[in-house]
Amino acid sequence: MGAEFVQLSLPPIMIGICAAVACALPGNFLLLRRQALLGDAVSHVVLPGMVVAFLLTGALAPIAMMLGALVAALLAVVLIEAVRRWGNVEPGAAMGTVFTTLFAVGVLLLETTGASGVHLDVEHALMGNLESLIWFAASDWGSLLDPAALAGLPPELGRLALVLVAAVLYIAVLRRPLVAATFDEGFARATGQRPAAVGLGLVALAAAAAVTAFEAVGAIIVIAMFVVPPATARLLTDRLWTQVWLSAGLAALSAALGYILAGYGPLWLGGEHSVSAAGMIAVVSGLGLALAARLGPRRHRREALPLP
Amino acid sequence: MMLFLEALLLQAGRNAALVSVGAALLGLSAGAAGTFMVLRKRALVADAMAHATLPGVALAFLVMVAFGGEGRSLLGLLLGAAATAALGLWAVECLTSRTRLPEDASIGAVLSVTFGAGLVLLTVIQAMSAGQQAGLEGFLLGSTAGMLQADALTVAAGGAIAGLVIWALRRPMAIVAFDEGYAATAGIDVRRTDLAGMLLVLFVTVAGLRIVGLVLIVALLIIPAVAARFWTDRAGVLLAVAAGIGGVSGWVGTALSATAPSLPAGPLVVLVAAGIFAASLLFAPGRGAVARARAARRAAPILSREESLRWIALRHADPSSPLIAQDDGRTPLSALLPVEQIAGLDRRIG
Repeated sequence: MGAEFVQLSLPPIMIGICAAVACALPGNFLLLRRQALLGDAVSHVVLPGMVVAFLLTGALAPIAMMLGALVAALLAVVLIEAVRRWGNVEPGAAMGTVFTTLFAVGVLLLETTGASGVHLDVEHALMGNLESLIWFAASDWGSLLDPAALAGLPPELGRLALVLVAAVLYIAVLRRPLVAATFDEGFARATGQRPAAVGLGLVALAAAAAVTAFEAVGAIIVIAMFVVPPATARLLTDRLWTQVWLSAGLAALSAALGYILAGYGPLWLGGEHSVSAAGMIAVVSGLGLALAARLGPRRHRREALPLP
Repeated sequence: MMLFLEALLLQAGRNAALVSVGAALLGLSAGAAGTFMVLRKRALVADAMAHATLPGVALAFLVMVAFGGEGRSLLGLLLGAAATAALGLWAVECLTSRTRLPEDASIGAVLSVTFGAGLVLLTVIQAMSAGQQAGLEGFLLGSTAGMLQADALTVAAGGAIAGLVIWALRRPMAIVAFDEGYAATAGIDVRRTDLAGMLLVLFVTVAGLRIVGLVLIVALLIIPAVAARFWTDRAGVLLAVAAGIGGVSGWVGTALSATAPSLPAGPLVVLVAAGIFAASLLFAPGRGAVARARAARRAAPILSREESLRWIALRHADPSSPLIAQDDGRTPLSALLPVEQIAGLDRRIG
């Protein structure tokens, strides 16, 4: 647990934890608002956005990539709404129509323009490259206090930490309107709390988290962390804020445990190669959900409360 | 262009022809099975099943290799895919019915966790067969390039079987999809029809894996159904139109992908379907956006200004006025009354 761990494993674990918690926090409210699949939809449309941004700028500048992805995410939200209204179809079908089409556009652009020669490719987009986010500048644990070494941390960590702080701030500052907009939109409107704006902010926050995390760790962690930790926490408690903190803890635990199991697990079992960390993080969180679905104290739907 | 026409007319080689026919049959079945699923408001359950096929494909590969095979038999891989897809469907059902999680959350959880498990297994396979490609990546986005004849036959057979089952079940499925209550009184077992529909969706998902890929197969189930909805309100017609759109998408998409080795089949099939969807959304008579805008313009002012003026003028005209004698409802008001009189009426209605 010395220099090697600090260089190779600590940064990916930190990045994984930041990404997981930044997705899980807004995921709680999406889950309660029946928008749980938004993370899934956004992470599919991020690909065409990034490809178009790359084709326009000719470089892999993170800012351009993120802008492209955000524009694509917003376009998808507008298109889903349009299909739902004009097509008179249920939200799930509208979502499925739009995000698969945009994803198909992204793959086709990637394959036909030669953009796949660079580090953009579909498998990379799905699996991420958590393992490659290492900290060359570190020598041992002391590097955590050395400003020169800290400046050499992977830039993804800074970006994800920023998104995480933004998520915490949004939820902390707007907690009352957020709760009102989530549980009783009519009440929120009547008391002048603008639930539509709060909801839109939540979607924007989720999109920002998805895009940033996607770029660093791949789609699968994004999709899993939006849904699984909040769903697990939902089966453990009735109290909203307990659920939010529990989900953050579960997300962080999945990220750390998943990374360690993927990196070291096969070695313990006598193998030579590590396995996909992104996949393992999703699997670990899924095991948590399975346990909660079997044993969670609040796993059942509540009967209607008896009248007093 | 020549290549595309050749592929479209099944002249681009025997395998390409088999693949095109298979994809068309598959599209037909996907359109019909997808209609059932979309009308039952369970469109995205298929997405969970599709992602749940990945661990099955990888496990089947590992098992076949462990028994000394090469691990490439498409039938074997698809059997593995079907097994884990069924597990995924079961998991979604369990989470939705036995816990308080809503269906969309169950779908998202099952989809991401099974896909993650698949990725873990894929990296295990990569580590095992360092150097030589297992070729399982083709299942992510679908590919028709370099398909063996046996594989093409498997796809074509799968499409044909699904088509036959749908043809046999078309009546109960259409009735249950449109009116559950009526279906129950007509003696149709709704639960079993639902199960049959979902199994059919599962079958189509698995059969389409090699061509369309697991990330996009759900599109071939949803988009034809949603597009067909613009053209008709009748159950039987809807199934037929959706099947037609799916079939055309499969046929044209695979023909397009045959024109260049780097063109993945899945996205092309999906984009052909999406093109048909967009055309339906805009131009379908009755429900399309253009037709609706036109109808809205025709209906917009309930009475035009001209008509209101005519109505007032008629009420206030004396019997000798030329208005009474000559009005046939079509002659412009300005031909019947002097300009100042019309201006006066105009002022009166404000």
